[in-house]
Formats: sequence, structure tokens, C-alpha cells
Amino acid sequence: MTWFVVLSAFIFCIGAAGVLTRRNPLVILLCLELMLNAGNLALLAFARGHGDGAGQVFALVVMVIAACEVVIGLGLIVAMYRHKLPIDADEMSELRG
Amino acid sequence: MLSEQILFFVAAAGALAGAVGVVALRNPFFSVLALVGHLLALAVLFLLLRAEFVAAAQVVVYAGAVMVLYVFVVTYVGGSEEPLGPSLGAIRAVGPLFAVALLAEIAIATVATGLKAVGSRGSEVAAGFGSPQAIGALLMEKFLIAFEAASFLLLLAAVAAVVLAGRRRGLEEAGGERVLQLGRRPETGPQATDRSAGEQGGYGGRAIDKPASAARGGQST
Repeated sequence: MTWFVVLSAFIFCIGAAGVLTRRNPLVILLCLELMLNAGNLALLAFARGHGDGAGQVFALVVMVIAACEVVIGLGLIVAMYRHKLPIDADEMSELRG
Repeated sequence: MLSEQILFFVAAAGALAGAVGVVALRNPFFSVLALVGHLLALAVLFLLLRAEFVAAAQVVVYAGAVMVLYVFVVTYVGGSEEPLGPSLGAIRAVGPLFAVALLAEIAIATVATGLKAVGSRGSEVAAGFGSPQAIGALLMEKFLIAFEAASFLLLLAAVAAVVLAGRRRGLEEAGGERVLQLGRRPETGPQATDRSAGEQGGYGGRAIDKPASAARGGQST
């Protein structure tokens, strides 16, 4: 079980590095997915360790949250594209479109 | 047990390769494909953890539906080849450094933990552990409020996506575009000052109105 937790730590940190270094908002969203999935993996590992199904329910709820986040983020990106704004996180430094 | 370990290391290598691919590939389209591979490898790991229902949901919902959404948006927006890394040199150096520091911290926290269960193989589980039946019973009995909140959140997200990305077809001819323009680039600065100047003139330059209108003009500019 240690291996599962260590693997989830690795995936989380790869995702964090991606969020910090990439500029395309699409790829930033993908890296957020990586981090959420790492959390899911840890939750399931602990659920297995305890023999309790609650962790699996938590993982399902995390998946729902991730789906909502994807929908909102992609909607924002489409709106940015439609307003002829650059798809670049560094250029989008203010909330005023 | 040996076959399980071999399967774990194969799936873990796949998951890590997919994660690195997401971060390192330049074209967003290939990043999405790498994430699909990562999710499939993770589903294998979930199966190893006796989480059958979550693994199935991962494949169907995540690798199926959500990734299709990503592919649509990438093809719509156009997968532009971006230069890797941020333009600012400082962030480029600090970002990976921060990630490595985070990894060291989490590794210390997990490996050197005092919790005995982390090092074990996990407790014995019942036969139906992780089956749809068990998950459904838990959701309906113990986590009903979370279940309902999740459904409400999904509804909210759907409505928000329609509002955000809707084309507003009916409003475009009727001046909807103008409203959007006003919302995007507020050009109220000179107009507002003009209005306040007019008010000043209209009121004959009364001493009471002067500071108020000046303050209003200052706020809106």
C-alpha cells in the first residue's frame, strides 16, 4: 500500500509542476485533472487499507467535482476564444475580459 | 500475489508515463491523449485496490465523456503549438523547484509516517467490497446529502456552461453584441464625466452638488 501512496504523490507533483509551468489554460486544466486523480488514488488506497467503502464514495464525489470543474473551465476557454482573446494564462492577468 | 505486483508496476509505469506526457508534450491534443492513457492505467490500479465500481466509472465517465469534451474543445480552439514554459524566467525556475519540494515533503510524510496500516497489505475485505451494490447502499444510506449536493452541483455546472459558452443567437441582431461590448470594455469613462459636467451645468453650479458629482465622475473613470 505504501507504493500506491507514493505513486499518488508522484502523480500529484507532476500535475503541480504542470500547473505551475504551462501557459495554455487547456493544459493547466489537464494537469488539474492529474492532481485530482492522484487524490483519488490515495483515497482508494486508504479505503482498501481500512476495508471501508467510504473512501470509494469520496472518490466518486471527487470525480463529480472534477467533471463540474472541467465543464466550467472549458466553457471559460470557449468564451475566451469567442471574444478573440489569446489562449494564454500569462496574458489573462485581469478579470476584465 | 506476484502477478498482482507485476500488474501494479506495469500500470504504475503507464500512469507515470501518461502524467509526464501531459505535462511535457507541446501540442494540447497529444496532452489529452496522454491523459486518456493515464486514466486507463489508473483504472487498472483502482481494480487492484478492489474498487470495481470506481474503476468502471473512471473508464466510462472520465476516459469516455470528459475526455471527449476536451478533444472537442481542443479541436475547436485549435491546438496551438506553444513554447514550453512561461515567459518569465523566475517562474520557469521556481515552478519545477516547488514541485520537487512538494514531492519531497509528501514522500517524507507518507513513507516516514507512524501509521502502521500504510505499510501493510491492507485489511481483509468482504466479498462485495467496492461492488456497485455496496457503493449504492453507502450512497443512499450514509452519504445521501453528499449525493444530493453532487447532483445539484452538476446541474449548476451545466447551467453555468450554457451561460458561459452560449452564442446568444437571438440577441445578436437586437443589440446583444453591444451589451457584450459594454460589459467587456467599459467605455463609460468620458461619458460619465460628460454627464457629471452636464449635471453641473444643469444645476447652475450649486455648491452642494459639485463635490457629489465630482466624486461620481471620479468613481466611474
